[in-house]
Amino acid sequence: MRYHLFYQFHFYLFGLIAIASAITFVTRRSPVTAALWLINTMFCLAVLYIMMDAQFVGAVQVLVYAGAIMVVFLFVIMLLNLGRIDEITDIKGPGIRIAAGGVALALIAELLVLTRSKTLSTLELPPAQENIVNPVAAPLFHDYLLPFELTSVLLLVAIVGAVIVAKRRT
Amino acid sequence: MIREALFFSAVLFVIGVVGVLTRRNAIIIFMCVELMLNAVNLSFVAFSLMHGVAGQVFVIFTMTVAAAEAAVGLAIIISIFRHHESLDLKNVNLLKG
Repeated sequence: MRYHLFYQFHFYLFGLIAIASAITFVTRRSPVTAALWLINTMFCLAVLYIMMDAQFVGAVQVLVYAGAIMVVFLFVIMLLNLGRIDEITDIKGPGIRIAAGGVALALIAELLVLTRSKTLSTLELPPAQENIVNPVAAPLFHDYLLPFELTSVLLLVAIVGAVIVAKRRT
Repeated sequence: MIREALFFSAVLFVIGVVGVLTRRNAIIIFMCVELMLNAVNLSFVAFSLMHGVAGQVFVIFTMTVAAAEAAVGLAIIISIFRHHESLDLKNVNLLKG
């Protein structure tokens, strides 16, 4: 029961952080700031995936979305020089600093509570899955083999198209 | 759990739609589309709790399509920028009658 409450609290927490980051992302003016908030949303979504027993999808979310796709976005933003350099100073106001300190204290307090108390080690946890990739990979290579092969063609077409569109005409 | 995840997914999708409708910067609109794809992925994973692992397989496919879309879309954005020297989508009206 206690585990359930703990789980539910964090599920709501990360869901709300994802939504708050998404709202901040849509309202930011600078593309670089917006992209970083979107990355925050994607990390929170990865946490939600892992909490919903989709560990492999969570890892792929971090690697592919937050790690690769958003890096390409940031690369293009910086290539086109869209970041604003209006603000000379990088340090934000006292309100933000107090809020950041509060978040840090809350995280440290939670860590202390988790290490001190024995509640988590004696809980009735569901048995950990032996293999987390196999349940996803097996249908991918059996039931969905044709779509899987088609995605490779899709990626090839996308690469060729991107090179041709972005090539500078001489 | 599934209900909450679907709620989060719907809210994220709506935020993405609002972003697409209200922003004019092409690259931000593109990131809003990515946010909508992510919201759909969240509901796929939530449904995979109910209907087996096929939902997670579809998330993998969605990510592949998103990666291909990012490559092509960003190439188009770069060529738009080379042409107009800005990313404002109201400049892009070549096909307007």
